[in-house]
Amino acid sequence: MDLSMLWYLVPSVVMLACGIYGFVTRKNLIAILISLELMLNSADLNFVVFNRYLFPGSMDGMVFTLFAVAIAAAETSIAIAIIINIYRSLGNTDIQEINKMKF
Amino acid sequence: MDYSQFGSMIPELIVLGIFMLVFLFDTFSNENGKKILTPFTTVLFGLGTIAIWVVPACGEMVFGGMYINDTATNAIKAILNIGVFIVFLQSAKWVDSDEVAIRKGEFYELILVTLFGMYLMVSARHFLLFIIGLESASLPLAALVAFNKRHYESHEAAIKYIMTAVFSSAILLVGLSFVYAFSGGSLYFNDLAFTISQGEMSGLLLVALAFVIAGIGFKLSLVPFHLWTADVYQGAPTAITSYLSVVSKGAAAFAFFVIFVQCFGAVYSDAWEWMMYAVIILTITVGNLFAIRQKNMKRFMAFSSISQAGYIMLGAMAADGLGLAAMLFYILINKISNLGAFAVITTIEENAGKLNMDDYNGLHKTNPWLSFAMTLAMFSLAGIPPFAGFFSKILIFTSVTGSNSWALYMLVLIALINTIISLYYYLLVVKAMWISPEEPKIGSFRTATSQRVALWLCVAGIVFFGIVPYIYQYCYDAVQNSLALLSIF
Repeated sequence: MDLSMLWYLVPSVVMLACGIYGFVTRKNLIAILISLELMLNSADLNFVVFNRYLFPGSMDGMVFTLFAVAIAAAETSIAIAIIINIYRSLGNTDIQEINKMKF
Repeated sequence: MDYSQFGSMIPELIVLGIFMLVFLFDTFSNENGKKILTPFTTVLFGLGTIAIWVVPACGEMVFGGMYINDTATNAIKAILNIGVFIVFLQSAKWVDSDEVAIRKGEFYELILVTLFGMYLMVSARHFLLFIIGLESASLPLAALVAFNKRHYESHEAAIKYIMTAVFSSAILLVGLSFVYAFSGGSLYFNDLAFTISQGEMSGLLLVALAFVIAGIGFKLSLVPFHLWTADVYQGAPTAITSYLSVVSKGAAAFAFFVIFVQCFGAVYSDAWEWMMYAVIILTITVGNLFAIRQKNMKRFMAFSSISQAGYIMLGAMAADGLGLAAMLFYILINKISNLGAFAVITTIEENAGKLNMDDYNGLHKTNPWLSFAMTLAMFSLAGIPPFAGFFSKILIFTSVTGSNSWALYMLVLIALINTIISLYYYLLVVKAMWISPEEPKIGSFRTATSQRVALWLCVAGIVFFGIVPYIYQYCYDAVQNSLALLSIF
């Protein structure tokens, strides 16, 4: 079977949509973090696919993806550290209780 | 690889050198040595700031054109440095307080790392370097926002900040991936501008453009991407709030200008300018209207800085050398005025523990000099004539109306009306301090020396930066000298 670019782009868009949906609807901080990772991965997938199919001669997209993955890892570690702090002071990670400051 | 290229990155090397010195000093000094870490860092950074002002830009592109060091980027770096220096001065007392003193090395190191990221961001001429700079400017800030370990608000602000920051960078990356599809395989700003100007107008690229605007709009806290701002500003330690509100915003605005004018200016200027048109009007208006109802001073400054960000982006609407010069000048003046207000807020919070606007009633009876500085800062933010804020507003309005289009005249008119609205809430603070007949709630106290120096610097800036022509001339010359290298316009 011949795999065209569309076979990769459609899952990528679905991942992005799932990520945004999860970011908006999930109540647990860890689940929100997972949704964010989905969104970042969808961008990475886009870069790799565009590089592989449109510009097979160069490496820009691949290198970009490597850096983006490293940055995503750094983001996750900081977010987890902050979530641990929240857990220590609140006893859970439910975003509906993180509402002291508003408007 | 030619390692001599690193020699062109003088401002980055200076900040990196300061960072290494502070890091080594913090790691290897004993208890007595740690006591002088604060003055050590501040003085070292002050010297670095002077060095960046003095050392001329070499005007080269290195690493194959990924990085540029020209007079315009040098000017914005010097302006950012002034902001950080004043933040260091005004936070010195908080940093040495019992709660924070043991971690004060981390405070300085994280701020220097974010500053390094901002340097990369404004100097980047390749999207990879831009993303690395943007992320290293915004991720350590989340750790800084969570710096008050014992205060729950600090954690809440940090989680809101990191989640929206990651969300916005994910959106930005998706937008960039679609830009990459049209780029002909190269993410250099110049190559991209060339490829885009050769091709036809494409709907997908318009969507990508909207994604990129959304991603950078989050960093700049433009409406409708501003919802994190007030909560983060309120929860963060006050020193970090002032850092967030001026320094990181200035760098992001400059990077925004370069990306949009240089990469998308040739073909898509109509598209992104209309998008920005709507965003700017919303930003200025919503920021102003929400600022009116705030009682907490930090939230008040948050909404005020949202609306100021709208004024800064007016320079991007002009999209020419004059616009960039006016933008640089506006960033500098906004920085000085905002930091002046924040210095007063910090001092009062530390000495009296009060943060609400009502607490400022009758402040002039107990602390006349603080009231005086705050009044000048508010006048400058509102744009009342003899002070610097008036001149920065005039210059940015003139730069926008230069192209004689009725749409831009309308934009300036709306911005002007909003300036009048903003007068109302800025003067509310002044009224509370000077006119309100109530007995003062804040007792008389003596301001710490470092904060006093910061306040005097801000007051001098507010009074003189507008009437001394050298400052604007510096911004204008810096932009003019780098026009050829920017390869725009």
